[in-house]
Amino acid sequence: MNPGYRLYYPRWYRKRVPIFWWLHKRSYAVFIARELTSVFVVYAAAVVVALVLTLNKGEPAWEAAMSRLSHPLVITAHVLVLFVILFHTITWLNLAPMAIVVKLGDRKVPPTAVLIGHYGAWFACSVVVAWLLLWR
Amino acid sequence: MSETLTVPETVILEVFRYRPEVESEPTFDSFEVPFHPEWMILDALNYIKDDLDGSLSYRWACRMGVCGSCGMLANGQPVLTCATYLESLLPGPIRIEPLEGFPVIRDLVGDIGDFMNKLSDVKAWLIRDEEKPVEDGEYLQTPSQLDDYKQYSMCINCMLCYSACPVYRLEPEFIGPAAIALAQRYNLDSRDEGAEERMDVLSQHDGIWGCTLVGECTEVCPKGVDPAGAIQRYKVSATMDYFKSLLMPRSSS
Amino acid sequence: MKRSREPIIWVLFGGGGMASALFLPVLILVLFIALPLGWVQSAPIDDLQWLVRHPLTRLGLIVFVMLCLFHWAHRFRYTLYDGLQLSHLNEVIAVLTYGMAMVGTVVGAYLIWGVG
Ligand code: SF4
Repeated sequence: MNPGYRLYYPRWYRKRVPIFWWLHKRSYAVFIARELTSVFVVYAAAVVVALVLTLNKGEPAWEAAMSRLSHPLVITAHVLVLFVILFHTITWLNLAPMAIVVKLGDRKVPPTAVLIGHYGAWFACSVVVAWLLLWR
Repeated sequence: MSETLTVPETVILEVFRYRPEVESEPTFDSFEVPFHPEWMILDALNYIKDDLDGSLSYRWACRMGVCGSCGMLANGQPVLTCATYLESLLPGPIRIEPLEGFPVIRDLVGDIGDFMNKLSDVKAWLIRDEEKPVEDGEYLQTPSQLDDYKQYSMCINCMLCYSACPVYRLEPEFIGPAAIALAQRYNLDSRDEGAEERMDVLSQHDGIWGCTLVGECTEVCPKGVDPAGAIQRYKVSATMDYFKSLLMPRSSS
Repeated sequence: MKRSREPIIWVLFGGGGMASALFLPVLILVLFIALPLGWVQSAPIDDLQWLVRHPLTRLGLIVFVMLCLFHWAHRFRYTLYDGLQLSHLNEVIAVLTYGMAMVGTVVGAYLIWGVG
């Protein structure tokens, strides 16, 4: 290497990534929020399991659990959980067409069709579960 | 901005400067440049270089969004400076910085060697087991086969997607959006037979699995390449590949 | 070159993302909000008990819990890894997150299978 260059050669400037880099841009903050919905996924699944266990113990246990869940603070918290999970569902389903590309013969199924399919599946699952829990 | 009477006469550009021979830390220089509604950021930089400070260093070539060399941060957002109106960033001051994720050599010029190496790591070219002789004519492709990869072939190697990718900035070993999209460009080409070879490089942590789908690469791409989508599709095919090879292990690979 | 075993984890992560996206909103709305507040009436308790004791329901629930846990483990792992720049602790974080998901799956499976 030409010694004339060597004087400057190693003196690159490298910017350090700040620890909380995801606070510096809205889209990064949304990304971290999206990832953290997974904590609420586990919470909700755990409560569902707990409810299944109380249901198995019999009607009194079930009624007691229901009345505990109806406490205003618990309801408020669970409404928030519902919103967090809806955020998870919507971001998740919206990204699906990115990964799933379907080809029928020569033609690519338009991404919106894949998207609508996923929302349809969400609707169907919701109806089936609600029907199982509420049908009398 | 709307076409009102308050169109400014001038606009301030705060330009990132780094001159390793005189300073160890970068600084910002402010320049007042005339405002013209038809000017791009690059026109303002050229004005600075021609009339205010000839020592400013930056890359550009085509001025029409195909060479991919004038990518910079404008107010923190990775853009092609030749394709971004000054007007869209009014009232200013407009902060111009080099793309993030690449070591700065001088002013707005970054070292892009890492990206160049990655392009060859993923073998971003047509691979064939056997070339057919020229006399046998060209390789024919249907419009549908062309469509399979056309979007990915639009990439101009501007590296805006790298600058937008937090994973790349945190872990420079990550192969990154454009190189993976370009690998996919050849994988999905009916003439190519190199998917297996590329998979060995890409189905690694530093390949597709390091991606957490932040999705910003796709947002900033000026050519609609959708590198984030390319990576997700690659994850799907790598996964199918993996389970297929579990179910029917072939002696070859 | 050896290929990463990441596809196994990715399938569990993706399955968990999909399963939780499809089923959790309705479960939360009905079980956590609508039923406790008395907006709707549940199916007769005997029917519900029959439902949760059915082997297929139990099996489905166990898979569901496993997927949700791995979904969390994967996302949480990378949030720590990139979000807090702890890539030097990669192994520890991976063992902890996926380990917790595995333990959670075993405990959950034991409890759920015990129903009925
Ligand atoms: S994928 Fe888009 S943003 Fe990335 S280098 Fe290619 S053209 Fe630029």
